[in-house]
Amino acid sequence: MKRFEPFAIALFAALLAVAPLFLNTYQVDVLNSIGLYALLALSLNLILGEAGLFNMGHAAFYAIGAYTAAILNTRYQVPILWTLPLSGLIAGLFALAVARPVVHLRGDYLLIVTIGVGEIVRIALVNDVFGLTGGANGIFGISRPKLFGFVIRQPQEFYYLIWGFVALTIFLFLRIKRSRFGRALNYLREDEVAAEGSGINTDYYKLAAFGLGAAWAGMAGTLFAAKMTIISPESFSFWESVVLFMIVILGGAGSIAGILLAAFLVIGLPELFREFAGARMLVFGLVMMVMMVVRPQGLLPARGR
Amino acid sequence: MVNLLSLQHLTKTFGGLTAVKDVSFTVEKGAIVGLIGPNGAGKTTVFNLITGNYQPDRGQITFADTPLNGLRTHRIIMRGIARTFQNIRLFQQLTALENVLAGCHYRMRSGIVATMLRLPAQRREEQQAVERAQQELAFVGLNSHALTVAKNLSYGDQRRLEIARALATEPRLLILDEPAGGMNEQETEGLIGLIGRIQQRGVTILLIEHDMRLVMRVCEKLVVLEHGGKIAEGSPDQARSNPQVIEAYLGVEDEP
Ligand SMILES: Nc1ncnc2c1ncn2[C@@H]1O[C@H](COP(=O)(O)OP(=O)(O)OP(=O)(O)O)[C@@H](O)[C@H]1O
Ligand SMILES: [Mg+2]
Repeated sequence: MKRFEPFAIALFAALLAVAPLFLNTYQVDVLNSIGLYALLALSLNLILGEAGLFNMGHAAFYAIGAYTAAILNTRYQVPILWTLPLSGLIAGLFALAVARPVVHLRGDYLLIVTIGVGEIVRIALVNDVFGLTGGANGIFGISRPKLFGFVIRQPQEFYYLIWGFVALTIFLFLRIKRSRFGRALNYLREDEVAAEGSGINTDYYKLAAFGLGAAWAGMAGTLFAAKMTIISPESFSFWESVVLFMIVILGGAGSIAGILLAAFLVIGLPELFREFAGARMLVFGLVMMVMMVVRPQGLLPARGR
Repeated sequence: MVNLLSLQHLTKTFGGLTAVKDVSFTVEKGAIVGLIGPNGAGKTTVFNLITGNYQPDRGQITFADTPLNGLRTHRIIMRGIARTFQNIRLFQQLTALENVLAGCHYRMRSGIVATMLRLPAQRREEQQAVERAQQELAFVGLNSHALTVAKNLSYGDQRRLEIARALATEPRLLILDEPAGGMNEQETEGLIGLIGRIQQRGVTILLIEHDMRLVMRVCEKLVVLEHGGKIAEGSPDQARSNPQVIEAYLGVEDEP
């Protein structure tokens, strides 16, 4: 199994690279969606999968990134891709501010608090906070992204932007995983008392997990804003947080390959069965129940579990 | 500095229960000191006070001439105290090597940016940490298990892995909470040898243990607790002949 892994990864990457050549626009658009969710789930994985911190309000960070990008672009004419660092920074800082007083909470309490944060952000957006967010209608007229003088317009073009960012993310997150920082997150998840008792500043790493995960979600928000050109609060509902949580748990917390697979299943499968759209929730619910019973470690669990 | 660690009038209550009552003792530099007493005497609570897991209601803890009161646990570890836990607290899903790397963590510097860019300094640091961790694994005799997931190790190996993780922090004082707990006779023999070798490295040791043969063989000094209070302090022979100790502790059956 282990020996085939590099081949499997190379094959998967090659398939993704040529996929737009064989697919119609609608199908490419679905893949774009999957890419964005994969990106978000990978960022949530730092918090939930690697550090073991229950966060069911991840859409809040995504929203803050998307709105930061949209506001900077529509009000101050900042090119949309240039807003990436600032969207990430603001989402990250927001996460630090809200996580600071609550990270010491036990898992189940933290879960409730993060749900609350997600809802507060959404409601604030609906209520047009600071007169910047456009209320329930959101913000429209976001300009198309430009890369090296080339305007990205078609889904096929967005495809390479989004999946390129996914590839970069995986590349960087793998480095993090195999480092002092990544290990510290795992120590937290495994046993907080032992981590602190080994000289690790657990509060710092909890915040760092939230900060980095949120910053990445914020950047995913920028890509989303660029792709849609219109954003509104309904794109950042509680349900989005639940779906992301599901992708991480279903794929196997801490497992990058598992999360990619789960993103394909959770986002892609409903598209294949559009005619049964009504039964989607039912199927989701059932699949999650069955998974938790027969394979609680996820589809492709991280090593050792 | 003769006393590496000194506890003065430590008291800790949990609700109505006084788990530790006005306990004072010292641990001399380079010594192996045993903290003994019947179940529920307050031994583990003393350890948790030393490493800042609990804050004392009263009293003072001094390590290497500086007070530890109020410091967070990881800060205390960084000052040079390392510990193991009575009920083994390993990172169960991680490998033995990764477990020991936890102990190396605070001496490393690389941050998130250096990691993403994989700067030469970061790579060198990682490599050195892995070598350090391998050395500690070899020191406790687990070099062949570096890549074994902690939960798959035998009980005795898990205890030794916890010691390796603690040693990786390069402590001046190592505190062991029932290191022989759950070990068979042969493993306990090995542990006694290991404790001797740790002392030879210049590490001072304070240990809690119910296995009296181990205690009598390795400890130079014993502190005896009963119902949270100290009832004796002295050489193993003194402790053994102290009537209060005999009544409180040695008369009582060993671990059930
Ligand atoms: N966190 C806590 N909350 C409430 N009571 C506690 C707590 N920790 C310890 N105790 C109580 O304090 C007393 C001393 O416990 P401690 O664990 O220190 O004993 P011990 O000497 O280590 O015993 P053993 O030999 O069984 O490990 C016990 O009565 C225990 O129930
Ligand atoms: Mg105890």
